[in-house]
Amino acid sequence: MVSIDAATPVRRRRSVWSTVLRNPSVIFGGSIALVMLVVAILAPFLGTRDPAEINPSARNQKPGYVAMVRDDEGKRVPVAYRLGSDSLGRDIYSRVIYGARVSLIVGVTVAVISVFIGLIIGMIAGYVRWLDGIIMRFMDGLMAIPEILLAIALVSLSRAGLPAVIIAIVIPQVPRVVRLVRSVVLSIREEPYVESAITVGTPIPTLLFRHVLPNTTAPLIVQGTFICASAILVEAILSFLGIGIPPEVPTWGNIMAEGRTYFRILPHNILYPGIALALAVLAINMLGDGLRDTLDPRFAKRF
Amino acid sequence: MQEVPTGMTEPVLAVRNLTVRLPRGADRENAIEGISFDIGPREIVCIVGESGSGKSVTAQAVIGLLPKRDLVVTNGETLLQGEDTTKATIHRLRELRGTRMGMIFQEPMTALNPVQRVGQQIAEVLEIHTDLSAAEQRQRVLEIMTAVQLPDPHQMIDAYPHQLSGGQRQRIMIATALILDPALLIADEPTTALDVTTQAQILRLIKEMQTRRNTGVMFITHDFGVVSEIADRVVVMQHGRVVEQGTRDEVLTRPREAYTKMLVAAVPSLVPPNRVAVVGEVALEAKGLSKTYGGRTFFNRNARVVKAAQNVNFKIRRGETLGIVGESGSGKTTVARCVARLIEPSDGSILIDGLDVAHLPERDLRRHRRNIQIVFQDPYRSLNPRRTVGQSIVEGPMNFGMSRDDALAKARELMGLVGLAPDALDRYPHQFSGGQRQRICIARALAMSPTLLIADEAVSALDVSVQAQVLELLDDIRKKFQLAVLFITHDLRVAAQICDRIAVMKNGVVVEEGSTVDVFRHPQHDYTKALFDAAPGRMFGVKQSIVA
Repeated sequence: MVSIDAATPVRRRRSVWSTVLRNPSVIFGGSIALVMLVVAILAPFLGTRDPAEINPSARNQKPGYVAMVRDDEGKRVPVAYRLGSDSLGRDIYSRVIYGARVSLIVGVTVAVISVFIGLIIGMIAGYVRWLDGIIMRFMDGLMAIPEILLAIALVSLSRAGLPAVIIAIVIPQVPRVVRLVRSVVLSIREEPYVESAITVGTPIPTLLFRHVLPNTTAPLIVQGTFICASAILVEAILSFLGIGIPPEVPTWGNIMAEGRTYFRILPHNILYPGIALALAVLAINMLGDGLRDTLDPRFAKRF
Repeated sequence: MQEVPTGMTEPVLAVRNLTVRLPRGADRENAIEGISFDIGPREIVCIVGESGSGKSVTAQAVIGLLPKRDLVVTNGETLLQGEDTTKATIHRLRELRGTRMGMIFQEPMTALNPVQRVGQQIAEVLEIHTDLSAAEQRQRVLEIMTAVQLPDPHQMIDAYPHQLSGGQRQRIMIATALILDPALLIADEPTTALDVTTQAQILRLIKEMQTRRNTGVMFITHDFGVVSEIADRVVVMQHGRVVEQGTRDEVLTRPREAYTKMLVAAVPSLVPPNRVAVVGEVALEAKGLSKTYGGRTFFNRNARVVKAAQNVNFKIRRGETLGIVGESGSGKTTVARCVARLIEPSDGSILIDGLDVAHLPERDLRRHRRNIQIVFQDPYRSLNPRRTVGQSIVEGPMNFGMSRDDALAKARELMGLVGLAPDALDRYPHQFSGGQRQRICIARALAMSPTLLIADEAVSALDVSVQAQVLELLDDIRKKFQLAVLFITHDLRVAAQICDRIAVMKNGVVVEEGSTVDVFRHPQHDYTKALFDAAPGRMFGVKQSIVA
């Protein structure tokens, strides 16, 4: 008879998140992204005014301009245009702050939706062999069209608005997620522990959710972050081209589009939303890089 | 050639009190501790030990290839013809490598540069260390390639590694290591990745080259068969220390230390014990089983067809172990995967309880899956790392409607059966050693109360001492549950000890089948004979069983 062995603890794994939170890229990118999120949420309390409010007497003013405005009681009160005003006299500062809301909503929503859809399609493609070819050739077809061109085409099919923009950005992103998930599924399904699960009669949906799905989380968190950054950029491009979200809604792209005409005399109209956009994309990409290096070194070279 | 008695002359390598420290947080302080041994000219010293014993670290320390920062020599010296290599500068080490010490590795596939012609790779040594002209270099390369018995060197010198077989690649490695006649050759498991027949040729070659060139060889291996075949002296290591050293016969036949005795005793003998033929009901029958890969596809109308298994027939009775032995690529694993229905056979039938499961669609198959369970080779990948051992074991019974509590109670009982503490159920796989994980996999299979258990190279990744325990466990449960066992292995020693009957496969075809005793004593087919002849250290096991 065999002897009873006490299980010897080999080595305790250090918690993944403690490693992640020590990565400099994650700390830097994450904190900027966090500040942006707080700013977007607290927008009404940061000394902003209604971002759509028009003031014909304070058009095209440089940063620091102070206008005298009559309040409800008829008194004249000073109103500061910290970052200047646009050609309709709207406050650039308020518009940039409120613009963060749209950008972050678009970025996060697109990331979540495309990861979700991509995950489902990718699992099917990776597991159902006969569907694999059909799905992947379709995805290859989608990937062959430049991302922005496809988004422009899609958004012009329907009335401009937030949902249309989100859908238009999601569709070009889905194939990238599908490819990633499929490659993970293909490698995991060959693992002996998955084959063991098959031989003990585990039904396919359980098999996928219990044994395959957890392996996709790390690469998907990483990919989702990059999609978020890319979506913010694409949304700004669509708005700038005037085919995205209606121009009265403050988005960074819209502000820049509006300021384009007087760019040479009044560069602040483009400069400040541009800085916000660049900072947001940089921060989220750095966060993604850091996550990739710590969560998933194996996939580091795949993107 | 003059005969130099070993041990009388100045040693080519003298390792003195060598200690190498492990990085902090490892399971012990030193990788190797206070190691001393000598290697004389024309002497083959085998360093034997189980995984983690520090044998490879010793080799790396000698040749100066220890990973910097992680492993540091803290004490002792390695004198290569009187010169301490642990204190040599990088520049000096580079000079020594190739000219005075050469090394060959386990994996001939990755040790060669795939985009460079093999001739160039051998000539590189000459380029670095000599002033020979290109023509002279080529001449020397051709000479050494002839010496290592590569066929048609004039043609092969311009071949790329992928055009060569595994054995030929290892010959190229040996040629590279020996072209400048180094005093010392370090061989780190050079035949472990090779099939037995190739292994026998490579061992013969190393022995021959070494005798002719007066090379001292430090041969690292875990295989006692290989040791008994080529060693002059043996150094046994455990946990970074030398347990025992002596001549081959001393260590193999009259070991002094308990650890060595245990290791030697754990090596299965090549002589099968007499077994009573199992008569009983047939648990599983395979008829005309075939599996073909490739063939016409939409894009490629005349793709290459690979016949992985052809017309394989066998019966396994309850309580019987059928072994399928063969070299890599013989189709033995394909047969196992077909029987487990992890792949669908192209042709033939698999009868279990009178029902043919060979072509059942997945939906109908699931009900019958519990009858056939499989234990895989790699214990580190057979358990889902994110799930506790308990969750892995109860998964199967719960798929078949058992309640969680009942399944857990059964799992606890099985833990005791396979020799693990019941609290193991709440732990994760990474907390267990390879042998323990393999027991967990066996428990998982048993939880399904199968008719047939397939062991696909289930003990091949384990150290001999652990291997012996797992084999014993498999045999125990076979008797206890009257299990039919399909045992896939490339290891003839293991097959001899555990199988009632044996089927020998080659190129997808069963060339010989019969009771283990018959097949081992009177092999009929030429290939079976060749396979047995190639098994390293045949005499070793025989002597042992006579002694025992």
